[in-house]
Amino acid sequence: MLWLCRLFLFCAVAVMPMGAGAQQLDAPIQQLLQTHGEIIAKSSRKSIGPAIDALAASGMAEAQVVLQRWQDKEMWFNKDTAVFVFAEEIENRQLRLFDVSDGSEIGTAEKNAYKQLKPNSGIRGMIAAALVQFQLSDPDPNTRTTALDAIERDAEASHLAALRAAIDSEPNIQIKARKTRLERLLTIRFDDDDDTRIAAIVGFKGDLGVDVRAALNPLVTTRVEYAETAPKGAVILIPGADTLGVADAYDLMVSAGDAPARTDASTIRQTLIDNINGTTVAGIQIATLDNDAARLKAYAALARNGAADPLVTDETVRAALGAVTFFEVFIGAPPRVATAAQAALDDIEAAVAFNQTADLALDALSLASIYFLAAIGLAITFGVMGVINMAHGEFIMMGAYTGYVVQLFIPDYTLSILVALPLAFAVTFGAGVAMERLVIRWLYHRPLETLLATFGISIALQQLAKNIFGTQARPLTAPGWLDGSWVINDIVSISYIRIAIFVLALTFLALFLFVMNRTRLGLEVRAVTQNPRMAASMGINPDRINMLTFGFGSGIAGIAGVAIGLYAKVTSEMGADYIVQSFMTVVVGGVGNIWGTLLGATMVGTLQKGIEFLNPSNTLAAQTYMILFIILFIQFRPKGIIALKGRAAEA
Amino acid sequence: MTDTAPSSLSKYSGGAGAEPPRLATPSGGAKPLVQRHPSVLIFIGCLALFTLGITILAEGFGIGVISTSFVKTLGKTLCLCLVALAMDLVWGYTGILSLGHMAFFGIGGYAIGMWLMYARTELIVVESLAQAPLPPTPQEISDGIAAQIFGVVGASEFPPIWAVAHSLPLQLAAVVLVPGLIALVFGWLAFRSRVTGVYLSILTQAMTLALALYLFQNDSGLRGNNGLSGLQNLPGLGDVPQSTVSMWFLWASAAALGLGYLFCAWIVSGKFGSVLRAIRDDEARVRFLGYSVEAYKLFIFTVTAVIAGIAGALYYPQAGIINPAEIAPIASIYLAVWVAIGGRGRLYGAVIGAAFVSLLSTWFTGGQAPDINLGPYTIQWVDWWTILLGLSFVAVTLFAPKGIGGLIVIIERRTTPNRHGADLGPDPGALREKEAET
Repeated sequence: MLWLCRLFLFCAVAVMPMGAGAQQLDAPIQQLLQTHGEIIAKSSRKSIGPAIDALAASGMAEAQVVLQRWQDKEMWFNKDTAVFVFAEEIENRQLRLFDVSDGSEIGTAEKNAYKQLKPNSGIRGMIAAALVQFQLSDPDPNTRTTALDAIERDAEASHLAALRAAIDSEPNIQIKARKTRLERLLTIRFDDDDDTRIAAIVGFKGDLGVDVRAALNPLVTTRVEYAETAPKGAVILIPGADTLGVADAYDLMVSAGDAPARTDASTIRQTLIDNINGTTVAGIQIATLDNDAARLKAYAALARNGAADPLVTDETVRAALGAVTFFEVFIGAPPRVATAAQAALDDIEAAVAFNQTADLALDALSLASIYFLAAIGLAITFGVMGVINMAHGEFIMMGAYTGYVVQLFIPDYTLSILVALPLAFAVTFGAGVAMERLVIRWLYHRPLETLLATFGISIALQQLAKNIFGTQARPLTAPGWLDGSWVINDIVSISYIRIAIFVLALTFLALFLFVMNRTRLGLEVRAVTQNPRMAASMGINPDRINMLTFGFGSGIAGIAGVAIGLYAKVTSEMGADYIVQSFMTVVVGGVGNIWGTLLGATMVGTLQKGIEFLNPSNTLAAQTYMILFIILFIQFRPKGIIALKGRAAEA
Repeated sequence: MTDTAPSSLSKYSGGAGAEPPRLATPSGGAKPLVQRHPSVLIFIGCLALFTLGITILAEGFGIGVISTSFVKTLGKTLCLCLVALAMDLVWGYTGILSLGHMAFFGIGGYAIGMWLMYARTELIVVESLAQAPLPPTPQEISDGIAAQIFGVVGASEFPPIWAVAHSLPLQLAAVVLVPGLIALVFGWLAFRSRVTGVYLSILTQAMTLALALYLFQNDSGLRGNNGLSGLQNLPGLGDVPQSTVSMWFLWASAAALGLGYLFCAWIVSGKFGSVLRAIRDDEARVRFLGYSVEAYKLFIFTVTAVIAGIAGALYYPQAGIINPAEIAPIASIYLAVWVAIGGRGRLYGAVIGAAFVSLLSTWFTGGQAPDINLGPYTIQWVDWWTILLGLSFVAVTLFAPKGIGGLIVIIERRTTPNRHGADLGPDPGALREKEAET
């Protein structure tokens, strides 16, 4: 009442503080503030509610500014007149005052004539919640999006009404969709009416969003309870049979105080120790207590004397459990809502499983293309020429390091990759030709020794890379446009680098097919492979062809190295990581056939991802089982998936 | 003709100094092994002299010129020589380039390491539980040991494979049986489906990789990449100084190597050895002659795996620690490198190669080799030794397929019939005369 009197007084006298602008005391917002002036000035979390609600419900644009600046502790009121102003402190204990209705400056005043409103964190939270509705209808789309983000992060029941009020007026279609979705999520969580909630839940059937599951999961929380007889409709659990273990069920009774605690080995031990009397416990020699049966006997004796709690045996437990019925109750929501939520969740689970399979297939495909890339060079040297090159992995490594070195000189990632790809081919082509000339051609008829000699080269190259580049991993950075991933939905996504590797693998497949089937070189290679002497008598130089073929295979390994380096770290051991899998790919697919290599890579990749999916925490085990599987597979198809037949097989 | 073919082959690649009697039957007649192969005697003699010399010079029972750690290095080298013998038998004589024998070696080490670790931890646990007011139950002791051993991988229960770790005889049996069984099953699968040559090598390498990857997991039951440690401490013999223990192991290793050499020489000297070499040189022809090639290969693969397991069981108590990295495929490749450098197809070649390269490797990687200053760059052997090894391996493969053992042949000035370097068999990849001559 006093406040009202002051207000009238104020209006009548219209005392202006010294300064430029006029304070609009009759502005609606000032009026509204004055109406709740007392509780605003009191600034207590318990009583402030109506004031904030009134401001929020007023629908005035100024109300948002007032709430905002109130929250920012920029609102003051005159100690005498109780008029609210915005103010900022300037020097000499002076305040610069602004009008609450339009923010215009109304002059300066002594600081001690005004009192600052200092809302505590609780009140600020309430103000923030009230502000949300203004932000949700703010003209700036960014503000609206930010407000939605804030609600998604930390939703409250009060947001629901604000959100509902802000949907119809939303001009932006995308934001409107978000608002609608959020409104339904909040409905599930906070609405009072069960039917409305169930309707919202049903609407989300099959939705893959993580947010939906986050909203639904708390609703289906259950708690195991027990009673003499289960209430109607509750799911009855039998201890030891369903999800409820006997021990858990009994622990439930123990913690409720309805049953004595189990006597476990450590309790027995502790009780016996507590009751040691000289060298005996309950008349039994301590030295004999070195097995469980003797200890049990001693404990039983103690229990008979009353020195210990009676022994709780399995029979006691069974009897106690048999006397009551265990059942599950929903604690997150009323049963009707919870059941609907459970049904929706089951439905979502099915959709999630389907999409996970799709995601797994994509993963497997991308791994397969990596293996294919690593193995395609080998398919040429090993598959076509029959030369086993254990240093193939080191050619992959050389390619990757070439990419790394190029990036040291060319800082532009796109350009450096474009330079690195041909350069890696050139470097490894040269290395391959040198190796063929110096080592391999002397060993063409001795495959085991080729294997060993190339092992020697592999060891030397690996150590050389270590000496030059150090043991730590070197980065090979992908260009910016390969960052990120192609997100199909919340579950299925694939990174652009993997797509690029997939495309690269397909390109190489096409390149290989073109070179082998459509070029002079390919023709000569096939001729030399099938019958070197006949080829030589037809004017083909087998030495030159072998050299070029080996160089070609090695060069492709180099390019594969750049691609692999983009998504994995470049280390001196990266080649060794792929060599066994690459050989497996070639052998499983069938030596001498590029389609076999493709199939082999697909099989190895799918297999590894599949096993990883079954045992996600353990990629080492996945590789182990995969190798074992391949060893077994070779038992049944020793010549691989696609076995060469006829004349080609003899070559 | 069928009789003379194997015998002439045995002349080419048999034991070193022996000149097989031209008219003897392939089985070698009634003469005892050592008479037919004086090299066996020479080898055993050298080994005995070496062991005696070390015994005199070492700290344990001798004048203490050689440090205990070097005695251990020598003892380990003897074990490596033993596994190299096995490798020579399977690769040099039978032509199966196995890249998995160091895995069998490691399995042997793990088998004995489990008992060593269990028994030693048991002593510690029993001692600490003896202070408790109540005498411990067997369960409490077992739990205590498990907590001690597996605490490092966050487990506290014994995995099933430790079921017999408490028993020395059973674990010793495991040293022999586990590698043998794995080799038997793997070999049966591989040989049955006629996987040969480089395919078999890659397959064995894959098997080794699978085993190493499996052991690297923490829940493999063998402490993941921590491996088993403290194996140099023999349970119950804490009072015996390491200098003495090291001598025991040196003797045991020398004895095992001597016996292994005798055994291998016996295997390769008779008709059986001839068949093995014939399989190496032309598997198909041996099969057409009516021999069960697969059975021979399976036998030799399994037996050598057992020898490798025994060698590992003697090696790791001297090394003190075993972890999955020791089983990685690269170890088996080094084994092939030793045998190749030493000279395959000769038993003493494998021993020389393993001893020479592994000791040299210890010397280089131990930082004792003097660095070479090239002005702008200093060659540090710790970094460059592997490169030197790899390249010299290539060089040996290319220029000296007979390895160091070939030098001994040159010293003996043995000549071979001149066949103008032609292949001995009709198919590509068949043994060439240059390789076959001995």
